[in-house]
Amino acid sequence: MNWLKNLLGNRRVWAYPYAVFMAIFVILPLLLVVYFSFVDEGGFTIRYFQKFFLATDSINTFIYSIGIAMVTTLVCLLVGYPCAYFMANKSFATPKVMAMLFILPMWINVLLRTLATVALFDFMHLELDEGALVFGMVYNFLPFMIYPIYNTLQKMDPSLTEAAKDLGANDFRVFKDVVLPLSMPGVYSGIVMVFMPTISTFAVAELLTMNNVKLFGTVIQENINAGLLNYGSALSLILLIIIGLTSFFGNDDTKN
Amino acid sequence: MKKFLANAYLWLVIAILYAPILIILIFSFTDAKVLGSWNGFSFDLYANLFKGEAGPSLNSAIINTLLIAVVSATVSTMLGSIAAIGIYNMSRRERRLLTFVNSIPMINPDIITGISIFLLFVFMGVTRGIGTIICAHIAFCTPYVVLSVMPRLIKMNPNLYEAALDLGATPFYALRKVMFPELRPGMLSGFILALTLSIDDFAVTLFTKGSGGIDTLSTYIYADARKGGLTPELRPLFSIIFIVILVLLVIFNMRTAKQAAAIEAKKGGDK
Repeated sequence: MNWLKNLLGNRRVWAYPYAVFMAIFVILPLLLVVYFSFVDEGGFTIRYFQKFFLATDSINTFIYSIGIAMVTTLVCLLVGYPCAYFMANKSFATPKVMAMLFILPMWINVLLRTLATVALFDFMHLELDEGALVFGMVYNFLPFMIYPIYNTLQKMDPSLTEAAKDLGANDFRVFKDVVLPLSMPGVYSGIVMVFMPTISTFAVAELLTMNNVKLFGTVIQENINAGLLNYGSALSLILLIIIGLTSFFGNDDTKN
Repeated sequence: MKKFLANAYLWLVIAILYAPILIILIFSFTDAKVLGSWNGFSFDLYANLFKGEAGPSLNSAIINTLLIAVVSATVSTMLGSIAAIGIYNMSRRERRLLTFVNSIPMINPDIITGISIFLLFVFMGVTRGIGTIICAHIAFCTPYVVLSVMPRLIKMNPNLYEAALDLGATPFYALRKVMFPELRPGMLSGFILALTLSIDDFAVTLFTKGSGGIDTLSTYIYADARKGGLTPELRPLFSIIFIVILVLLVIFNMRTAKQAAAIEAKKGGDK
């Protein structure tokens, strides 16, 4: 019974099973991604990165995906910012209900949501092209943009805008010089939260365009499925680096 | 006028967000094979779904999804809660390190989590199946449990547990009677979060399910959609899931609103 007492007494130890679990299922797998991208049957190699940068196909898809992700992020920002702004403004609307309505669709499986979008486009006899792709992406990730902005706007001290008004600023200047700068942290995290999933999704693009448009995520998945583990890992590592950079810059900006 | 425009804009965005869902809801009440054509009102698809006539693979996909979700959410909740207590009692450096590791699955895109765990199973030579799916789900669900239990621990008076021990409670008794009731709300929300994350997951499941023919709802839908037509019975299933979530969210929000009101009232009374 003594060991049991020690175990219950020293509660630090309780985190150890989790630490071991995470080492096996989170750390080790990520190290394996790095390992497989540089090591194959023939030993160390950078062949797979050369393959990526030399094959116009994959590099084009990569740039194209970044482009789609940027457009999606921009549309989300343009549509989402006013939503967040109106919701945070107590004189308009009932924010609690609105907030719930915006988040509710997120609780539905992303594939079902995507298929529902396809159904909508079919129903309205619209073509499933890049427009559909961007619409579907915006539809899927818009709440990720609205939420952080809404949060920062809601926490903003209302006396600041009042003070600006008292000092003679018109509505536009109040927005431009007070509200907008103060909401930038929310905007940055919104951008990161939309950009990251957009660049890494694979099934969504496939279903939305009937496999006509290929995104980077799809290319990774196809390679892994085809058993090209080393090339797939190298592509994953590239994606991981992009994600790391995005979140790094996102965090950096939030702190400033 | 401004208020009207602001509201009009908000409702317009909401209407667009809900249009696809509405289409599926409406067309769940007709037995047309193809979505978008209306064969007259009927409950046939619902009846098929409940009688299990939608096909054995859809039935097993539903069962698999629920089984995986319940098992991984239960394990995640236990593992995560115990870990949270441990992390809370760690030195600052250790805590920083584990908190960082804890955040990795949350930042990582699904596809990377899926592929990296897939590589682990390939590397170790493990045959993929329902067990590997559950392991992967535990890996990405547990961090959320840790994060939901942590605030409860921080809010809790750390002396309570020690006091119970001083008063002669066995550690296990103190854990059950003092610690557990304090942490229960955090554990519950962690469990629910894990449940929904697991049910919702697609990418990680796809990479860890192997070729043994095990499908969850997500991977079933994916395979189905790639074949071309979507099984019509998915429409009522989707509608039911949507309504259930809607009701749950409303209840949940009403409860938190009530609790908030109660706390406010109590605060007012204390003054």
